[in-house]
Amino acid sequence: MRQIEYQDIVTTVQQLCIECCYELPADVFAAIEHAAASETNDRAAGILQQLMENAQTAKQDHIPLCQDTGLTVAFVEQGARATITPPPENPDATITDAINKAVEQAYDIGKLRKSVVAEPLNERKNTGTNTPAIIHHTIVPGEKISISIMTKGGGCENKSQFKMFNPTEDKQTIMDWIVEVVKQAGANACPPFIVGVGIGGDFEQCCLISKKALLRNIDIPNNAPYYAQMEYDLLAAINALNIGPQGLGGDTTALAVKVETAPCHIASLPVAVNIECHSHRHKSAVI
Amino acid sequence: MAEIKKITTPLSLSDVCSLRAGDEVAISGVLLTGRDQAHKRLCDLIAAGEELPVDLEGQVIYFVGPTPASEGRAIGSAGPTTSSRMDAFSDALVERGLKGMIGKGYRCDNVRQSLVKFRAVHFATIGGAGALLSKHIVKSEIIAFADLGTEAIRRLEVVDFPAIVAYDCHGGSVYGNAITNY
Repeated sequence: MRQIEYQDIVTTVQQLCIECCYELPADVFAAIEHAAASETNDRAAGILQQLMENAQTAKQDHIPLCQDTGLTVAFVEQGARATITPPPENPDATITDAINKAVEQAYDIGKLRKSVVAEPLNERKNTGTNTPAIIHHTIVPGEKISISIMTKGGGCENKSQFKMFNPTEDKQTIMDWIVEVVKQAGANACPPFIVGVGIGGDFEQCCLISKKALLRNIDIPNNAPYYAQMEYDLLAAINALNIGPQGLGGDTTALAVKVETAPCHIASLPVAVNIECHSHRHKSAVI
Repeated sequence: MAEIKKITTPLSLSDVCSLRAGDEVAISGVLLTGRDQAHKRLCDLIAAGEELPVDLEGQVIYFVGPTPASEGRAIGSAGPTTSSRMDAFSDALVERGLKGMIGKGYRCDNVRQSLVKFRAVHFATIGGAGALLSKHIVKSEIIAFADLGTEAIRRLEVVDFPAIVAYDCHGGSVYGNAITNY
């Protein structure tokens, strides 16, 4: 077994959270740059230029890219031969505690907005720490721990949708629904989007893979040619909507569509669409 | 691209009437901030017949919950939040003299009708450009509902704050035929 210090997890996640909020991933920046160069609508091209300028300003002047520094989502893949050595003062501390401690510190030190309420309907009191993070933990072979952090804004998450289709439904009907979800998100969810699509699994796994799909590099298509083609066709259909950057028209409504799939029940064909804004903040590390 | 119109707050009736959907503007003067919870409280006070902690006459509310300011800066990242979440509250505020709002995305038909009826305007600014937009904010102070933290009502002083007229007081919309009542 490989022992990993609790504090190493805290330090790594803290850094990931802060860097996430101040620096747009290179593939996302390049996708915006590419879209700006090919955009035929002048106003849309201008907005894309301003998004690039925003990313440069955030990095140089150390101001968060967006005021909505998100709910912190952590995807953790822990090698089966890796264990965490808890701090001496708290022998029961787990990786969940380490991640939440890191988030709390990061949102303080990084001057990030704390956007989490403790309870959803009654008092909605801010926790003051941006915790708890949403943590998805899986065990994988090996002795390393891989952690991906996504700081997901509320505006785009609000426009995400899920639907159960009949298992005999055709591909076009499903694609039409996905495009309709993007249309409904429209100007409200900060286009141009990265669209995460989950197909298959069950109710909760479908939604989970639609979000996990967003972690894939923007330039890398699905491994399976069938789904790679679907991503390509969906992107073309979405960009034909003429919603454009900020909903003000243009060729660039989405920068990418990422489809992930999972095995499912013979009776089911679940589909989830996770809408992500252009400020696609995520970062990974392997310990 | 069309010329950018310079406007100064508070907005007069003639300022509002001169603006058309699609106009690009640079706003200077004072903006109030408010998002979901502040809107709810203002409307609860109006419904209860109580006095508001801010005078809305001629004012512009910016839908924003900024990040904390770093040392030496007026404010942190400060871009717009989704306007449609304020739809249920804006009619009552426009009726009380509010002349402008700044957010991102669509407004519902009721709000658009109120803009025409009470002569007010809705602006859109760039969602997700909070770092860039913060450079136009030179001063920020909390003036009401301090317990709401980032959702408190602030008084911002802005210089050439960039926005586009999304919905004007003549019924025009920059979003064209987009279905806006989702």
